[in-house]
Amino acid sequence: MLLDIRNLNVSFGSTAQPFQAVSGLDLAINRGEIVGIVGESGSGKSVTMLALMGLIDAPGRVTADALQFAGQDLLGMKAAQKRQIIGKDIAMIFQDALTSLNPAYTVGYQLMETLRLHTPLRGAALKQRALELLEQVEIPDAKSRLNAYPHQLSGGMSQRVMIAMAIACQPKLLIADEPTTALDVTVQAQIMELLVNLQKQNDMALILITHDLAVVAEVAQRVVVMYAGEVVETSSTELLFNTPRHPYTQALLASIPEHSKGAKRLSTLAGVVPGQYDRPSGCLLSPRCPYATDTCRTQRPPQLPLSGTSVRCFTPLNDSGIPSHE
Amino acid sequence: MSEPNIILEAKGLSRHYQVSRGFFQGHATVKALNNVSFQLQAGKTLAVVGESGCGKSTLARQLTLIEEPTAGELNIAGVAIAKADAAALKALRPKVQMVFQNPFASLNPRKQVGAMLAEPLQLNTTLSASEREQRVREMLQIVGLRPEHYHRYPHMFSGGQRQRIAIARAMMLKPAVLVADEPTSALDVSIQAQILNLFMDLQDELGTAYVFVSHNLAVVEHIADDVMVMYFGSTVEYGAKETIFQQPLHPYTKALMSATPAIRQEDRRAKIKLTGELPSPLNPPTGCAFNTRCPHANERCRSEVPVLRPLANRMIACHHIETIPQ
Repeated sequence: MLLDIRNLNVSFGSTAQPFQAVSGLDLAINRGEIVGIVGESGSGKSVTMLALMGLIDAPGRVTADALQFAGQDLLGMKAAQKRQIIGKDIAMIFQDALTSLNPAYTVGYQLMETLRLHTPLRGAALKQRALELLEQVEIPDAKSRLNAYPHQLSGGMSQRVMIAMAIACQPKLLIADEPTTALDVTVQAQIMELLVNLQKQNDMALILITHDLAVVAEVAQRVVVMYAGEVVETSSTELLFNTPRHPYTQALLASIPEHSKGAKRLSTLAGVVPGQYDRPSGCLLSPRCPYATDTCRTQRPPQLPLSGTSVRCFTPLNDSGIPSHE
Repeated sequence: MSEPNIILEAKGLSRHYQVSRGFFQGHATVKALNNVSFQLQAGKTLAVVGESGCGKSTLARQLTLIEEPTAGELNIAGVAIAKADAAALKALRPKVQMVFQNPFASLNPRKQVGAMLAEPLQLNTTLSASEREQRVREMLQIVGLRPEHYHRYPHMFSGGQRQRIAIARAMMLKPAVLVADEPTSALDVSIQAQILNLFMDLQDELGTAYVFVSHNLAVVEHIADDVMVMYFGSTVEYGAKETIFQQPLHPYTKALMSATPAIRQEDRRAKIKLTGELPSPLNPPTGCAFNTRCPHANERCRSEVPVLRPLANRMIACHHIETIPQ
């Protein structure tokens, strides 16, 4: 196992009335695996990954029972030691590449900065490696791009540069947070293909955070569905899309236009994700769930294994997509 | 109905912009919209599809009379825009309304919802204050907002609710044509489904014609009657939704559809890999605008601009549709 997160909690705000952005999250990632994390805005996808990268600043609070990467305990580690891992073995790319790059420095400088920090390369060898990286992410005319500033690049090109920076030290884990959301579909297809090829070549694990279920369906091996800061379902891609066990997963899939071809209306999930002050005391989905019972409204369901998947629900759905108790 | 009720008609619509290239250099012309023609019947939906920079939004700006076209004819509800005087244009403006992409930017943060929705009535009708309030409250109910939302400010709403407010504002004057520029791309899928349903319901009720600008083909397939695919300011393929989706012919339409990820295996098309990105509008390619990325481009494509012509129940702009393998 490459990454093992157990009982991760991230909260913001005052200690008296904290807002739980992520609660009780367990996540295990194997070497060379592609895992998709899906969920709507505010479900805690990005915050989970920022917590792992150590990017949650005070007043945000991060606690966990275990945070292990490649056998090392990230929790008890000194900051300097952690910096040896973060950015080198664990790398991350963000949604908006144009704002993630520093506008004041050239692409080459920013690429070499990463290499200078984490590798012994210097001088011509450093420049050579930067060039190789740009070529690896299929940037045309890579040599002249080394001297280009971010504003001279298109959106797709900037995302390629971000990917080049992320893979500079051959990370064991790459976290891609909505890597293609800001891009056009034809460019999205190019970037996804590039990511998957790099993942195969380098035998790197890839965590793909997205709200686009179709992207996940095409590339991921496993899928984690999050809702309001909790993992509600973890499953293989095939099982998740064929037989969703959690009512939220089912509703999410049903609301995609692709799923109701020919139908006049799309099926919807009424209401919105609960905010800071209106979190229900029972299951977080209970106010929106069509199958909610009295138990659901008063108690929090635990995450339990169920025929090859793991579901946080008192009334998980059977193969026909209806709750088991009905 | 004996003859179709054409509410919106464009003939050879073009919009060119003059941009400065710097000191001591002449102006360059950006042809943002080139010779676009279409017809739209009352109560029907035309979807305009394409990637960023294809002229979708420029088209929307011409249709909503925000800008004057450089060339071409535009007829809205029987009025020819080019010949209309100021009074006729003023009378026409309420009949064309717009919903924008980002509901976080398109609503005035200092205005209460009630005042915002009453404003179009105040400017364009002679209704009294109490009648206006009555109409606003009716509209709130139609778009699925609650009466207590009347006195609230935009920041108190979620993205989906804000888009409902934006739609309500556009529908206050019961327009003949509604131009929606990527109205759901900033929303989560479950909210997107709610908003698309609202669009369909309002169309059934009020018979409004929609021009729906989107890059999401799944959404387009759900909502459209006709589809117009644009590339680099020009129409490349235009026809009935069923025709285009069942058998896309233009190499760009095919590439666009193949690049769109799909959840179901059977919906996935063989990926056509497009190299490169959209050319620079300041330095447009000669001949067919798509020739720099088209897998079938030949000498003729690089020298001669293809004309939009009827073929297989649609309009298409490509030199050798008949000879390329389908």
